[in-house]
Amino acid sequence: MRELRVRGQRLAALFLLGLLLFNYPLLAVFNVPGTVLGVPILYAYFFLAWAALVALMALVIERRG
Amino acid sequence: MLQGWVVVLTSFAYLGLLFAVAYYADRRADAGRSVIASPYIYSLSLAVYATAWTFYGSVGRAASDGVGFLPIYIGPTLMIALWWIVMRKILRISKQNHITSLADFIASRYGRSALLGGVVTVIAVIGILPYISLQLKAVSNSFTIVLQYPEIVMPAKLGAVPLLQDTALWVALILAAFTIVFGTRHLNAAEHHEGMVAAIAFESLVKLVAFLAVGAWVTWGIYHGLGDLFGRVAAQPTLAAMLTPFDGVAGSYSSWVWLTILSMLAIMFLPRQFQVTVIENKDEAHLNKAIWLFPVYMVAINLFVLPIAFGGLLHFSGRGVDADTFVLTLPMVERQELLALVVFIGGLSAATGMVIVETIALSTMVCNDLVMPVLLRLRALRLNERADLSGLLLGIRRGAIVAVLLLGFLYFRLAGEAYALVSIGLISFAAVAQFAPAALGGIFWKGGTRLGALAGLGAGFGVWFYTLLLPAFARSGWLPDGILEHGPWGIALLKPHALFGVAGLDQITHAMIWSMTANLGAYVGVSLLRAPGADEHRQASLFVDVLSRPAQVDGAGFWRGTASAPELFNLLARFVGLGAAGEAFADYARARGAAPTSLPREADAELVYFVETQLAGVIGAASAHIMVASVVKEEALTLEEVRAILDEASQVVVYSRQLEQKSRELEAASAELRQANERLQELDRMKDDFISTVTHELRTPLTSIRAFSEILRDDPKLALAQRTRFLDIIAKETERLTRLINQVLDLAKIESGSADWHATSVDMREILSETAAAMSQVFREKAVHVDLRLPERVPAVLADPDRVKQVLLNLLSNAVKFCEAGRGRVQLSLREEDGAVRVDVRDNGPGITPADQKIIFEKFRQVGDALTDRPQGTGLGLHICRQIVERLGGRLWVESRVGEGACFSFTLPVPPALKAARAA
Repeated sequence: MRELRVRGQRLAALFLLGLLLFNYPLLAVFNVPGTVLGVPILYAYFFLAWAALVALMALVIERRG
Repeated sequence: MLQGWVVVLTSFAYLGLLFAVAYYADRRADAGRSVIASPYIYSLSLAVYATAWTFYGSVGRAASDGVGFLPIYIGPTLMIALWWIVMRKILRISKQNHITSLADFIASRYGRSALLGGVVTVIAVIGILPYISLQLKAVSNSFTIVLQYPEIVMPAKLGAVPLLQDTALWVALILAAFTIVFGTRHLNAAEHHEGMVAAIAFESLVKLVAFLAVGAWVTWGIYHGLGDLFGRVAAQPTLAAMLTPFDGVAGSYSSWVWLTILSMLAIMFLPRQFQVTVIENKDEAHLNKAIWLFPVYMVAINLFVLPIAFGGLLHFSGRGVDADTFVLTLPMVERQELLALVVFIGGLSAATGMVIVETIALSTMVCNDLVMPVLLRLRALRLNERADLSGLLLGIRRGAIVAVLLLGFLYFRLAGEAYALVSIGLISFAAVAQFAPAALGGIFWKGGTRLGALAGLGAGFGVWFYTLLLPAFARSGWLPDGILEHGPWGIALLKPHALFGVAGLDQITHAMIWSMTANLGAYVGVSLLRAPGADEHRQASLFVDVLSRPAQVDGAGFWRGTASAPELFNLLARFVGLGAAGEAFADYARARGAAPTSLPREADAELVYFVETQLAGVIGAASAHIMVASVVKEEALTLEEVRAILDEASQVVVYSRQLEQKSRELEAASAELRQANERLQELDRMKDDFISTVTHELRTPLTSIRAFSEILRDDPKLALAQRTRFLDIIAKETERLTRLINQVLDLAKIESGSADWHATSVDMREILSETAAAMSQVFREKAVHVDLRLPERVPAVLADPDRVKQVLLNLLSNAVKFCEAGRGRVQLSLREEDGAVRVDVRDNGPGITPADQKIIFEKFRQVGDALTDRPQGTGLGLHICRQIVERLGGRLWVESRVGEGACFSFTLPVPPALKAARAA
């Protein structure tokens, strides 16, 4: 029961992290010209941050104990 | 390859395949071996979220503003992180109450209100129409475009088509037929459509593969990878601005934020999402994997949106090609016929998946929450007397499916052409977002009332209608354009796109701000005006406390009245058929340990509740309540009674928790008692052992003293030499006896704690030298060499010097005892180690086996074979030593290997104060 609650809290924390990642002012930080490996910085940021968030969600769900 | 007949044939072949998948899954479900009972299939079925909007529209949106397509998928990702808290609750509530749709859920929460269910249904149907028209538009457009191959012609350029030649109409009709076959073949009490879910999961794979294929081809087939593509974009001044799409002021982020919020609500409250996530869920545990698998799917299907959008913009610049069609027109213009066909099928699968689930969900709502409550109340129809109503229910649902699709087509004809795909879809998103306050408030806040929910929904929907739907009609020329420009009747404050003068926002943000304000305000405000009634209060607590409530407190606890069981049986049978009703009653009886065939005449509260939830699974909570009320005599509960029942239930919970706590404490106490008792018994046994050992040890010397003294008494003629020897033995044995008695007394004193201890500051160097000197005679007698190793100085310890000497004497005499005469060496050393003073006594005797090392410190245990060796000590010495050293706060142990001698060591701690003194 306690473990379930902890998992809920971790996911809620990831929700807050997501709000931070995909919002002003962090988006403004990456809204600049330039590329990373040929991909514009903002677009690279979107997909990397998004994938990282999903990976963390998977980690919270799949980790035992 | 893209001739008309090939495309049509492939489309039908695809639909046929879909049907085969569904048929197979249904067959497996009937056989009890469900194919959809898997978290992977569940996650894929959630991907029905990705429709033609995603498949064609995202690219169109990306081509116009760069990032506007993303919040539609990032919002749901964020929401899903909260599903652990929100969706688990909704799932549990829905399963316990046999919820059949979103309308049913909201109606059930607010006192099973038929009116509220109807309102939700109307909003859902009207709100979803634009969304369905979007799918029809996408499919018919893609079909029209493919038919023009190898030319690229936009459908809008072909001019208006007569109604009967409109592809969209035929698409709508075919999809209606397909959905009817899929979703309403038979009536199921739990509203599970296994075949449909399997087909949807399959479609999710098809559209993902098709989109990834075209994306990869654009990126690496037309261009040389992402770097090349974005490099060319950056080189074009008109496009380069889209690489940093936010225009710098905080205002351009507000539309991004509102799109995110909108999508967060849409993933919860779109009727089709509620259908696949909640109604079709087979197992709550499937939600866990879906929480990350579904977001993975969303990331994957968005990977190539930007490359395709920019690829299309570079390729078709200035050629008048609609960006919504890039996914299809890029392969066509490059003569990739097979790929174009794959794309067409992918788009078809995205659209059909959405249409099938959405219309099934809506038809369930229309049937259960709109039509049935009305029909059941019309006494003229005499529905209450009909024997079997399941045919009627199916008929209503089929009619609803056709009606919804035709209305979608109508919207497409009226307003569809003026907007891009995503803009059409967002109108629907904003409509379903209106359910959020009533639904989310309903599961977390007990104070929300039926009137509050009605007011909130009404106000929110009204604002939505005025700010989004009305303008859509006005733009398409069906209403005078002046409404948008100057406001109705020229009142500028009421302009639909700038309500009360709030201008400068995009339409969706504007509509969301006003509708959410009105909705939330009305919901909370009206709810607070009046306390909830009995029925609302009861449902509120069933919903809000679902995760904390004990299982035995369900709706049955709230029912008072009389009912006849056979009448209830007939009622259920009228809706689900005789066979299914019989099975349900048999299950009910089995679950309570009764014979499956026995049916009591009088129904108790549990049976009434059981029938009502079974019925709710078919016709919805509100209608089920009406139906059950028609055959039972229910005594209405007052609010006080409901409160009393709830209080009682929570009291029971508190009491049972207290009882548990008490019994845990009792258990712990009795465990402690048991342990204490065991310890006492052990001590008692040890005492007995000790006494018997001591008496035995005393008897041995006594026996020999007595024997020799008797010889001396009885035989006066004994030779002098003999006599002297015997007297010697007697003297030695007496000595031993004295030693033994002294040691026993000593041990008793130490163990009882009554020994006198004179703790003083002791210099161990002194003690060691003195003891070695006292023993020197013994060493010399046995010709044992002693090696005394003392450091320059050691810190003083706090100890009783006599006791320390006693330990040292014992260890040294043991060492001498076991050394071979003449070759023996004993090493006595002293050093400081880890805040303690350590003494080692090392000999080169025979050594001690590991087994013996464990026991030599116990009482009366001596090394050596008791049968052959004469015991050389009392067997108490080492035990006493250990007691003394431990009393002084140190440790005594032995290290030895057989044949290499033994080393007894002990430590005595240096008191902190003395350490400090030494450091100073």
